[in-house]
Amino acid sequence: MSWNRKDLLDIESLTAEEILTVLDTARAFKAVGERAIKKVPALRGKTVVNLFIEPSTRTRISFELSEQRLSADIINFTAEASSLKKGETLKDTARNLEALNADFIVIRHSASGAPHFLARVLNASVINAGDGAHEHPTQALLDMFTIREKKGRIEGLKVTILGDILYSRVARSDIWALTKLGAHVTLCGPSTLVPGVFAQMGCRVTYHVDEAIGDADIINLLRIQHERQRKTMFPGLGEYTSLFGLNKSRLARAKPDALIMHPGPVNRGVEIDSEIADCDRSLILQQVTNGLAVRMAVLFLVNGGKGPQEVAPA
Amino acid sequence: MAETLILNATAMQRALTRIAHEIAERDEAGSEVVLVGIQRGGVPLAQRLSTLLSGIWGQPIPTGQLDVSMHRDDLDQRVAPDMQPTVIPFDVTGKTVVLVDDVLYSGRTIRAAMDALNDFGRPRRIQLAVLIDRGHRELPVKADFVGKNVPTAHTESVHVRLSELGGLDEVVLEKK
Repeated sequence: MSWNRKDLLDIESLTAEEILTVLDTARAFKAVGERAIKKVPALRGKTVVNLFIEPSTRTRISFELSEQRLSADIINFTAEASSLKKGETLKDTARNLEALNADFIVIRHSASGAPHFLARVLNASVINAGDGAHEHPTQALLDMFTIREKKGRIEGLKVTILGDILYSRVARSDIWALTKLGAHVTLCGPSTLVPGVFAQMGCRVTYHVDEAIGDADIINLLRIQHERQRKTMFPGLGEYTSLFGLNKSRLARAKPDALIMHPGPVNRGVEIDSEIADCDRSLILQQVTNGLAVRMAVLFLVNGGKGPQEVAPA
Repeated sequence: MAETLILNATAMQRALTRIAHEIAERDEAGSEVVLVGIQRGGVPLAQRLSTLLSGIWGQPIPTGQLDVSMHRDDLDQRVAPDMQPTVIPFDVTGKTVVLVDDVLYSGRTIRAAMDALNDFGRPRRIQLAVLIDRGHRELPVKADFVGKNVPTAHTESVHVRLSELGGLDEVVLEKK
């Protein structure tokens, strides 16, 4: 057991052992979600602020339910309704929340590094729920949990990430986690969205989808993020689908036990065909379920990571 | 770091056999007794008691395992504990649940275990069996079945070693 951090800011700074600690802890929390009473008192009396400066539905709901299942009290704070609109700085907003004695701040922000900034100025635990195109650590952790649950291991697996890598914080966090845990990562997509520089992170980069998925154990699809693209990076969605979309005939050329993942939201008919998204090799909904367990584990661990660092008697 | 042997393998076996007979005497066979071992030391002990008790009653005794980490009262004062699986493959409602642990000390683990058990149903009654009672209670908790009472100082620690967790069956007292 090794978790001494008060925050979860990124995957890049975690060790393989710390990642595995989260996954092992999440296994116990997954069992809680399968019981008639899905709630434990681990964070009773603690206050969590969900500071979602950038819109989010699935991640916010997943965090909220995780916090409720740990018996925490919750304040939700969204960009639309916030004083940030009135000119308050992020630092002042956060200090105001801390003045309410918040113990945890879960932050989603369009600026890379916003969670790191908050962690430096606040005593509360900060959890990154996605910062710009930088990282989305809990998504990577739930992806690792799901892969390990289905394949029994991560080390030595071949994992292909297909789609918009350039603008994807999920891709960056997944790449860090997968390479730290010993998987072989292949990136594929339009050349404008998959810069060759990613090879420096230890990935194979290819622009041919058949080559990318031919020997993959896991195919992780990413959505084209229209909202982050400053200019058109490829001719059109139709062309993207014909060149990179995962359909039945492409999947037939992959290994028969290759599994399909997608962090959502899914654009059916663009990056993935409907029948593939719903087939029994798709882990998309299991990722959602596992997200709860992983986020409970992260909250539980950072809670322990800010106290005096002594191990109590068993 | 001197170690004193408190129980060897034979004495441990004898203590468990006696506890099994006491459970059989206290709770008649029809009273729907189930055993729940507390992670980690209590889990193999519950398995052993289950085997002994099913020998006495001539019927299998349902046995589960419980991790109390999420119900501890010191979670913000320590590094997050290492969690082991909780498996309760039966309904506890209406049953006589015998919680099994290796060492009874402050009583806080047992308080957490009773809380955790509540999430699985409403037992008819809960009893407690421990291999070693070392005293120093911080809560009003008392064991129903005790293998051996061992007077200890706070500075000492009791180690229950079980073959299922690797090693020999023995209990030692370590003076620091």
